[in-house]
Amino acid sequence: MDEVRRRRALGLVAAAGLLLGALLLGACVGVTSLAPLRVLATLADRLPGVHLGGSLRGVDEQILLQLRLPRVLLAALVGGVLAIAGAAYQGVFRNPLADPYLLGAAAGAGLGATVVIAYLPVTRVGPVGIVPLAAFIGALSGVALAYGLASVADRSGSGGATLLLAGVAVASFLAAGQTMVQQSHSDELREIYSWILGQLGSAGWTDLALALPYAVVAVVVLLLAGRALDVLAVGDDEAQALGVSPQRVRLVVLVAASLGTAAAVAVSGLIGFVGLVVPHVVRRLVGGSYRIVLPVCLLGGGAFLVLADVVARTVVAPGELPIGVVTAFVGAPFFAALLRLGDGHV
Amino acid sequence: MQPGPFLWECPVLSTSLRPVHRTGSARPIPPGFRPVRTASLLAIGAALLLAACGGPGGGASSTVTSGTTGGSSAGTTSPVATPSVPTSPVSTVIAVHQFPVTVHASNGTVTLSGAPHRIVSLSPSLTEILYAVGAGGQVVAVDSNSNYPAGVPTTKLSGFQPNVEAIAGYHPDLVVASNDTNGLVSGLKALSVPILLLPAANTLADSYQQETTLGAATGHAAAAQQVVSTTQRRIAAAIASVGTEAKGLSVYHELDNTYYSVTSSTFIGGLYRMFGLANIADSAAKAASGYPQLSAEYVVRSAPGLIVLADGKCCGQSAATVAKRPAFSGVPAVTSGRVVVIDDDIASRWGPRIADFAEAIAAVLKRG
Repeated sequence: MDEVRRRRALGLVAAAGLLLGALLLGACVGVTSLAPLRVLATLADRLPGVHLGGSLRGVDEQILLQLRLPRVLLAALVGGVLAIAGAAYQGVFRNPLADPYLLGAAAGAGLGATVVIAYLPVTRVGPVGIVPLAAFIGALSGVALAYGLASVADRSGSGGATLLLAGVAVASFLAAGQTMVQQSHSDELREIYSWILGQLGSAGWTDLALALPYAVVAVVVLLLAGRALDVLAVGDDEAQALGVSPQRVRLVVLVAASLGTAAAVAVSGLIGFVGLVVPHVVRRLVGGSYRIVLPVCLLGGGAFLVLADVVARTVVAPGELPIGVVTAFVGAPFFAALLRLGDGHV
Repeated sequence: MQPGPFLWECPVLSTSLRPVHRTGSARPIPPGFRPVRTASLLAIGAALLLAACGGPGGGASSTVTSGTTGGSSAGTTSPVATPSVPTSPVSTVIAVHQFPVTVHASNGTVTLSGAPHRIVSLSPSLTEILYAVGAGGQVVAVDSNSNYPAGVPTTKLSGFQPNVEAIAGYHPDLVVASNDTNGLVSGLKALSVPILLLPAANTLADSYQQETTLGAATGHAAAAQQVVSTTQRRIAAAIASVGTEAKGLSVYHELDNTYYSVTSSTFIGGLYRMFGLANIADSAAKAASGYPQLSAEYVVRSAPGLIVLADGKCCGQSAATVAKRPAFSGVPAVTSGRVVVIDDDIASRWGPRIADFAEAIAAVLKRG
């Protein structure tokens, strides 16, 4: 037991260290490199009562504080939320292929974003961009539709299978709608397409502020649900016998995970792979208990996306690669190697 | 790439608004229902994006050879008055004696036995050129994105996903298009409808060549020559008016608010080069040769002295919104007031309105 506990503690510390390292790297690397010590000094200077020499000045300071920092923190938030939501989805459905987009969150967000890009002339409502807003509403509507469809179709409560199928149906339906709108508005194609591929390049503090409240609620609920997911992992009947209502756990976890996913998608577009693969990697390293998988996913997913974003903006600098391309292009071989090392067990 | 207007800005004109045709043949059949493809949206998006961006491999060259009938140089057309306003037709007189004429386009050599009277244009730029050379009266239908000059017979026809049946419904005797997708060229060939494929121009020379080609193909060769020389004169004058102060000034051209830009190898980028401006997107050419995505950080770092916004219509951008972006307050273009919004359409098309673009750039450069 001590061995397990030590391994979990190690996993948590390692993930936190990785995230901090990734954040520092992300803050320093870019079109022009900023010296890590000066970056830290600049950040420390923002604390009350601290005044250090050697902080950045002028354009460098503006770039760090107004552009790079929000971008790096948003990447960490989005990556962390997608990974923890992915782990939660996999737990709820007891299915290794589940990811945060399974129930139509991505397709709904895509449809919402595409419709406003295609049909609405305004781009903002007050300080809030209309595309994130539409994506957020679309994502939640997609999941709600899948959930509603499943509960109508499945009065007997046969577990997650019906919901999963309903999610597939809703996602296909919404994706078809999205494609239809997109095809009839070829002028806005690039705008729509660049949103779908995911972007952090235009992230500012407002995007972070927009996503943070929902993300925090989602993360707190999911972290608290770790034990319930562990119980659910043994099966619905067994969970029931242990005094846990599978339906209730499923509902609470799915609502929280979908809320987080919707917030992430709204500010960053559709970034694939993170929510699917990070949980599997984490499970291999710290074991299968959701009490440890969920927090490590939060930290590790954040680190992964921050690093992916560093790759996205340095490989073809000063150009940018779409972040979704990087997560899959870098993540897929990494995951394949991990599968190979672990004899193919998921 | 044609980031264009929203749908309601280019309404499908009812038949009553369409110009009356001398040919008086059957009313065009409206395009039929186009089946929706639900294939992977990423794949379709990628394919369309490539098509929309009109890669440099497009081979935009086209040439004209003289008509097979000799001695056609007599000027039966009146000279061009104001090419910037092609709404007022340059000349409606068709030089019928110049036919048959043989022109060269990307799809090869095309011979037209007589002057076309039922032209269908599937490209907003080609539509603008047709009207500028005075062939507007011969145009019966234009694609859904064509919206200039005012009163063009806009239809639901798509230039990106052309439907040969829907096009044939207008009984065209000439189709002009920029993209050969959905089997457009082979489909029209099967129907014996002549088509001129004139892809997105990469240089001013390409654009002038297309104007010459379309002029010859429609019986307005002399007027097309006038359009070309007037455009050349206006651009040269615009550049000359700026003087040498702007030389070396750096420019950032914005296609949308996610920092997509254009390099010097594009049509619009070539014009900046003629002004002697340094394009900040050029160093990102390895990301995408023509239209790379930059980052806010890079734009701020590059400190452009001129920012040209081609995303006023699509994305609601203006000098005010740029000034409010994080870290942009100190960018030289912002502090010196050299942030200019150019109509999305003018900045993305390669017709004669490129002279308007050059004059707008000159005006901003002189401002500083």
